[in-house]
Amino acid sequence: MVIGLEVHAQLNTSSKLFSSSPNQFGSEPNENVNFIDSGMPGMLPVMNFACIEMAIKTGFALNFNINKYSVFERKNYFYPDLPQGYQISQFEFPILTEGFINIDNEGNQKKIRIERAHLEQDAGKSIHDIDPKFSFIDLNRVGTPLLEIVSYPDLSSAEEVVSYMSSLRQVLMYIDVCDGNMQEGSLRADVNLSVRKKGGELGTRCEIKNLNSFKFIRQAIEYEYKRQIDVIENGGKIEQNTMLFDTSTGETRAMRSKEFSHDYRYFPDPDLLPVNLTQDQIDKVKTSVGELPQAKLDKFIKDYNVDKDIAKIITVEKQNAILFEKMISETDVKPKFIAAWLVGDIFAFIKENNLEVSSLNEKTKEITDLLKLVSDDVISNKAGKEILPKVLNGQGKPSDIVKELGLEQVSDSGELEKIIDEALIGEDENISKFQGGSDRVLGYFVGKCLKATKGKGNPKLINKILLERLKN
Amino acid sequence: MKSSISHIKDSLRDKKISVEELYDEFLIKAKSSKTNSFNLLLDKENNILSIKESQKRYENGNPLPLDGIPLGIKDLFCTKGIRTTASSKILSNFTPNYESFVTQKLLDDGSIFIGKNNCDEFAMGSSNETSFFGPVKNPWKNKNVPTDDLVPGGSSGGSAAAVAEGTCVASMGTDTGGSIRQPASLCGIVGLKPTFGSCSRWGIVAFASSLDQAGPLTNSVEDAALILNSINKHDFNDTTSSNHVREDYSNGINDKLDQKIKIGIPSDYLKDVSGDILSQIENAKKALIKHNVEFEDVEFKTTEYALSTYYILAPAEASSNLARYDGIRFGVREDGKSLDDIYLNSRTKGFGNEVTRRILIGAYVLSAGYYDAYYRKAQKVRRLIKDDFQRIFNDVDFILTPTTPNEAFKIGNKLDPISMYKNDIYTVPTSLAGLPGISIPSGLSTNGLPLGIQFIGNYFEEKKLLQIAALAEKELNFNEQ
Repeated sequence: MVIGLEVHAQLNTSSKLFSSSPNQFGSEPNENVNFIDSGMPGMLPVMNFACIEMAIKTGFALNFNINKYSVFERKNYFYPDLPQGYQISQFEFPILTEGFINIDNEGNQKKIRIERAHLEQDAGKSIHDIDPKFSFIDLNRVGTPLLEIVSYPDLSSAEEVVSYMSSLRQVLMYIDVCDGNMQEGSLRADVNLSVRKKGGELGTRCEIKNLNSFKFIRQAIEYEYKRQIDVIENGGKIEQNTMLFDTSTGETRAMRSKEFSHDYRYFPDPDLLPVNLTQDQIDKVKTSVGELPQAKLDKFIKDYNVDKDIAKIITVEKQNAILFEKMISETDVKPKFIAAWLVGDIFAFIKENNLEVSSLNEKTKEITDLLKLVSDDVISNKAGKEILPKVLNGQGKPSDIVKELGLEQVSDSGELEKIIDEALIGEDENISKFQGGSDRVLGYFVGKCLKATKGKGNPKLINKILLERLKN
Repeated sequence: MKSSISHIKDSLRDKKISVEELYDEFLIKAKSSKTNSFNLLLDKENNILSIKESQKRYENGNPLPLDGIPLGIKDLFCTKGIRTTASSKILSNFTPNYESFVTQKLLDDGSIFIGKNNCDEFAMGSSNETSFFGPVKNPWKNKNVPTDDLVPGGSSGGSAAAVAEGTCVASMGTDTGGSIRQPASLCGIVGLKPTFGSCSRWGIVAFASSLDQAGPLTNSVEDAALILNSINKHDFNDTTSSNHVREDYSNGINDKLDQKIKIGIPSDYLKDVSGDILSQIENAKKALIKHNVEFEDVEFKTTEYALSTYYILAPAEASSNLARYDGIRFGVREDGKSLDDIYLNSRTKGFGNEVTRRILIGAYVLSAGYYDAYYRKAQKVRRLIKDDFQRIFNDVDFILTPTTPNEAFKIGNKLDPISMYKNDIYTVPTSLAGLPGISIPSGLSTNGLPLGIQFIGNYFEEKKLLQIAALAEKELNFNEQ
């Protein structure tokens, strides 16, 4: 199986690629449309430089050559949701060429080469399912800036494709050029797939259009792979087709064959000048790229001593990493300790309450105060878990809550010694058992002592004192 | 002699006439005209507010540069609330909700629009015969065949005819390959195509984006300068709008030339032209030579390729620019059983023959397998044409040519598109190079029809160009002939 991917990433600029209309999802139909977007006579596109800057940023993040000279061209075709009758895109001279990204493939790294990435306008939406007789057009999406990222056919399984796509998504979100929301179509992929015998010549490829979830990508690839093999094993030939993936049946079907493929008649858009970037303009963007996920992951593992699996969970999304790093900067509690709490109880709380990770950025002080109490053994781990939701719900300072609930641990060794000595009275038999080699008895004693402190005794300290006493 | 803008402004200032009376005078004349030079005339009620405000400014002694001047506007400029058709059936019901940059500047300077001038459909034509609203008649007649109706030239034929017969003081036209200069020449008036990038294309129905340029058709060079003052402004909404420093083009326009001027006359332009045309150049030479002007023969190397280059590039851009007229969102829609049928029917019935021809040529030269042989090659030749002009401008200040190879011809006479295209042979190279050119009337043909000469200047040298044109205008004294 040989796969290449064309990924369309919507850039999260405030306005569109060539007009000042707002670039946002979820507005009323045709709300974000001006005369340029609707293709009115005499209207002219004006390039939004923020889109160029985002492309440059992506160029740095994905190891591309950033081309100082690029050209917007017109891709001509008719469709009701394409008001100009052409899409402005880059063709012969794209802004980015020859990049790559390393993906994780069953624990190994694999380098996926990226042929090019170019800027283009999105089209509108045709809606066919509201009325039996009429179709409707929503032009809100018209002119939305897209970065189309075209990989080489370096991918060879559904897993690799998903890994590539999620790495790409992670990077684009890290450098803040795309919100990564696949459901809303901010990130979608066309999959080019062909099959061949091991070491054999490349087969004819089919392109599956517009997949907007990891699940669909996986399903579509698996189905199409089987379909192509079936055709060949039954003596047939693969026709070069454009396929649609039916999300309800999980099947791919041909949309149009190459015979009917469009001749897009690309030519440089005479309304726009070629983009000529200076080294200064490019360098200026470089400073805004920030730390990429791989670098963060390495840092968390090496510098912060965080377990690899936990570090991975934290770096999946930029906002996790931001929250984590903010907490580290505010306390002397060990990062490894914070990381464990973050991916454990804190994420659980976020999930349970359907929150954004970033919403905790303002509560990091309270969280780290709480974790400090736990790591300093002022309260038990168990008490910490109990208090966490209260702290996150803003029910007070951790120290106040601890006092209020009387959860402070007894860590006074004098007091504990007294309790332990009392607990050992009349336990000669068990003491001999322990000294005879039965470790189980230790647990029994710890439990007894804890009970005597009403659960507030510091278990570590109790353990320590007990051992001292019992060994004598 | 027809009144100039400054003369009319004097009359308004001196209360010899009111803004309202002036408007009435032109409107009545326009309404009774038989030239078909307007697709739409605006009754006084449409403009009464502007008329009153203009009058008030005169009474307060602070009139604007074009205050109260009745202008015609080629029906290619989008005018807010006023139907804009590009003389095409497909836009025959279209009223824009925005004002083009150029016409807004004219309004800002106090002028009043009397109506929308007829033109070739989507500005494609050299005789104004491709208009959905019918051909425009040239106000001039062949004295030897006075019964013939003659074309005014095109595509700004309605503009030229209206100015020539005095139904508006001046008109805004557009020039893609000669569409201002050629009709100005055939109607005996002045037509200026500024440097590409001088006047914003925002709000002008696009024909060929890399060539389209707005400019005035006027009775005098000074009027052209006054209008250029209003419309020659940088526009952020047009990426190809230049941000060079603009000058006051009318100030000092009649000043004496203080230094020697060298004008080149391309000998290759004058091969195989009639005696009538040749004598225009000779007369101009005679008139200017006494004014510190020196003439020199120059020769282009690219002239023979200009027309074919133009008729590849302009249709290519047009085929794409006109794709938006699909009957879906605005304009005339014809029904059909499928989406493709709606497109096919709307565009087949909505566009005339010449427009259809150019869309087909354009689609062909851009299509896979032909792009390199046609479009890409034509772009390269265009570069050579630009270089050719620069080579000649190394030597001379201006280039003088005939504007057209012939006088106005009979409506319906040129049925073959190629011979029609040849009308623009002297104007097209300038357009491809993006240079400014001005046509002024230079004399009459043996048939008593006006002929024009064209001065071509270097990029953004409109100030000097208008000066030399004004001098030639004065010396040739066409309006007194």
